[in-house]
Amino acid sequence: MVSPDEHIDHNEGIETVQHLRHLEDQSVYILREAYKHFDNLGMLWSMGKDSTVLLWLARKAFFGHVPFPLLHVDTSYKIPAMIEYRDRVAREWGLKLVVGQNKEALAAGMNHTLGRVTCCTALKTNGLKQLIEQKGYTGIILGVRADEEGTRAKERYFSPRDKHGDWDFRDQPPELWDQFKTTFPPGTHIRIHPLLDWTEINIWEYIKYENIPFIDLYLDKGEGTRYRSLGCAPCTTPIKSTAKSVDDILEELRHTTVAERSGRAQDEGRGMELLRKDGYM
Amino acid sequence: MEEANSKPSDNLNIVIVGHVDHGKSTLLGRLYADTGSLPDGKLEKVQAICRQQGKEFEYAFLFDAFLEEQEQGITIDTARTFFGWKGRQYIIIDAPGHKEFLKNMISGAARAEGALLLIDAVEGVKEQSKKHGYLLSLLGVRQFAVVVNKMDLVGYRQDVFDAIEKEYREFLGQFKAVPQQIIPVSAKLGDNIANRSEQMPWYSGPTVLDALSAFRKEPGRSEQPLRLPVQDVYKFDARRIITGRVTAGRVKVGDSLVFSPSNKRATVKSIEAFNIDPPPTEGLAGQSVGVTLDEQIFVERGEVASHQDELPLVSTALRANVFWLGRKPLERGRRYQLRVATKEVDCEVATIHRIIDTMDLAQQQGSHVVNKNQVAELTIRTKTPVAFDLSASFESTGRFVLVDEYDIAGGGIVTELVHDDQEFLREEARQRDFAWVKGQVGVEDRAQQYGHRAAIVLVTGGRHTGKSFLARTIEARLVADGRHAYLLDGENLRRGLDADLSEGERGQATEMARRYGEVARLLVDTGLIVVSTTNPFGLAYIEAAQTIRTLVHPVPVIAIHMSKTPEEAPPNTDIVLSGPADFDAATRRILDELKRRGVLAQAIGAKPIFQYSI
Repeated sequence: MVSPDEHIDHNEGIETVQHLRHLEDQSVYILREAYKHFDNLGMLWSMGKDSTVLLWLARKAFFGHVPFPLLHVDTSYKIPAMIEYRDRVAREWGLKLVVGQNKEALAAGMNHTLGRVTCCTALKTNGLKQLIEQKGYTGIILGVRADEEGTRAKERYFSPRDKHGDWDFRDQPPELWDQFKTTFPPGTHIRIHPLLDWTEINIWEYIKYENIPFIDLYLDKGEGTRYRSLGCAPCTTPIKSTAKSVDDILEELRHTTVAERSGRAQDEGRGMELLRKDGYM
Repeated sequence: MEEANSKPSDNLNIVIVGHVDHGKSTLLGRLYADTGSLPDGKLEKVQAICRQQGKEFEYAFLFDAFLEEQEQGITIDTARTFFGWKGRQYIIIDAPGHKEFLKNMISGAARAEGALLLIDAVEGVKEQSKKHGYLLSLLGVRQFAVVVNKMDLVGYRQDVFDAIEKEYREFLGQFKAVPQQIIPVSAKLGDNIANRSEQMPWYSGPTVLDALSAFRKEPGRSEQPLRLPVQDVYKFDARRIITGRVTAGRVKVGDSLVFSPSNKRATVKSIEAFNIDPPPTEGLAGQSVGVTLDEQIFVERGEVASHQDELPLVSTALRANVFWLGRKPLERGRRYQLRVATKEVDCEVATIHRIIDTMDLAQQQGSHVVNKNQVAELTIRTKTPVAFDLSASFESTGRFVLVDEYDIAGGGIVTELVHDDQEFLREEARQRDFAWVKGQVGVEDRAQQYGHRAAIVLVTGGRHTGKSFLARTIEARLVADGRHAYLLDGENLRRGLDADLSEGERGQATEMARRYGEVARLLVDTGLIVVSTTNPFGLAYIEAAQTIRTLVHPVPVIAIHMSKTPEEAPPNTDIVLSGPADFDAATRRILDELKRRGVLAQAIGAKPIFQYSI
């Protein structure tokens, strides 16, 4: 775990800080709406930069507390450093951690060589669905962002899923004036997306501004590579980068035209569309 | 093509609206490409898909992320994308124009700070061009530019452009909307998008990107009077924190706040925050804040905090312009949930004044329903009083949504407060509560001591229906259970408090109910559960019950209606007992209702957990 460089200059533009505060205010409002309306709420935490910022925002919203469990769907193929980081932060911040795993699929030998979408569906989508069903969650908070990829751009802040976890993107509820879909028929659940308006740069700016501890896989440790997006070890490749601090990352992002998830194999072809329609995060 | 990778220091939410096929996605694709905001490989990826499907590449495909949409050729939902230009980040909501998808257009436009409205130069002003223009105005989007697209297809002719401009300005003028700019463009060929067109020397106005740059951030609402709708009350640790988003004005440590409609008052002791050092001393419009108060008053979600000299309106009725998106038509008399800021309250449509045809803004009268995608002028009545504002004065507290079953099915802006018959009594209660002299013992102290909260159990109904007997039974049962309950009988007031009144004065049901209500208000302030009947008011029990409710608000009133044969109970009745009464069963139901409302704890001896305002 690393903290953003202590020696960063805090002369961020006032507009940047104002924009980050604005994003924070909206995310906090959404988190509080979720907490008010859902009795059985959980927040997905993948230990990546986005869901770690989300976790930080929950501590903002609830004044240092996190009044719901953090859920991790463990595919067993995660980069080992991520699991160490998960357990350490959970201990230090007093978090309630719930780990789910599709043991049946793993026992049957599921892995990415059987097809990436097949593997993601079994271990992540179905792993998540099993966890939701076992624990009876009616609201799941996720750190997806609209600028990540096309299907996520179409999301609502409060996005209903039917009994099978499916997403009907053709018929989404209207969402206006900070009024969200908080009522739902039995057997269904709502996905809540407080980070929808954040960009990748905003995430790093906020990490820097708030001094949020993050996993060091995002930094180059001398090999000239770093991860820009984190997933399962076999399907996530590091990018060429010499960014050794948050400032370096920000500098790099301000000049790149490479997509954030270019290192994520599941995005190829119609992968994400098929996955998300079916209930993927 | 210009590079625009300088760090954005500002941001703006923009929506693109207009009739189907008038070129919104194309414009968006062009904006992205011309500002250098496309990630590497995105263009090639979409081009590859086009090749696979054997069709010509179009800029629109860049944003139609779903394959299905590309097959249909229409944008289904509001796709949010981002591009940077001259130091500002634009969050673009690409709202679709197809008639079926109005709900998505509204979701997009409701969060926009500015809009581009597209009109096809070949087709001219169409139905959705008008509807979207009207809705932008209704939704409160005041900054917008009209973009006349596909000018290449009309030979870049000025007379075509001028005719569209004239027609559309006239339409917008009917509801006093004025566009910032009207710009002739070809999104496909890039005329007047980033670069000035050489094909239209007759046009000297700004390009689309210049017009966007001229849009301003919404002026801060911090200078308005304070509005802080209560979102929730937390007690995770020693602090009791009232949270909410400041929708107007500013809240400061030391401010004296009034919560409406309960009229509770307290002073801000601190503004709480996580990881901010030193802690803030004020919260401004737009901020999600948490405050602690100097006194343990109970306030709940939905109340609006303000300063005493600038209170919000309070009523059970309001007039509004509403757009309807529900699958089922909006019906008069049907029950909906109204949500204004954080308040959620049952309501019904009392009157449908007129349907507004957005094609020509003609008004159709005498309809009993409002169909999907129609706009109407309504009077809405809520079950309990609501704090709100007129939308012309306050944006956030002046608008609302209507929920039908599980779904948000409509939205509207408040145009007028409708005076209800409780207005004078409510004002009396407000003045009384503001001046109320408190002892050292607070309401919460009494509740702790008694193990329950104050409430009124009020039995209504005609003569000889067993009201008095039921009231006595409840009082006895509550006291036997260790509760502090008292039977308030009207007869005792008549011979004491009202002894100086003439026979004629005693015949005035409203005044008698008022006196009765004020006595009840004193008794509940002592922490009692007051059990009573409307016997003293004879058949005027409906009005009397309403008067009592208004005067004791926000103390819970558990209303029980008794009749020998089935009949319509007064509004807001909780328990209806008709036919021969089983008093034991009735008592059990009433105790359950007291528990459900948080007056009694679920188990005797335990503390009630639900916090209502008192």
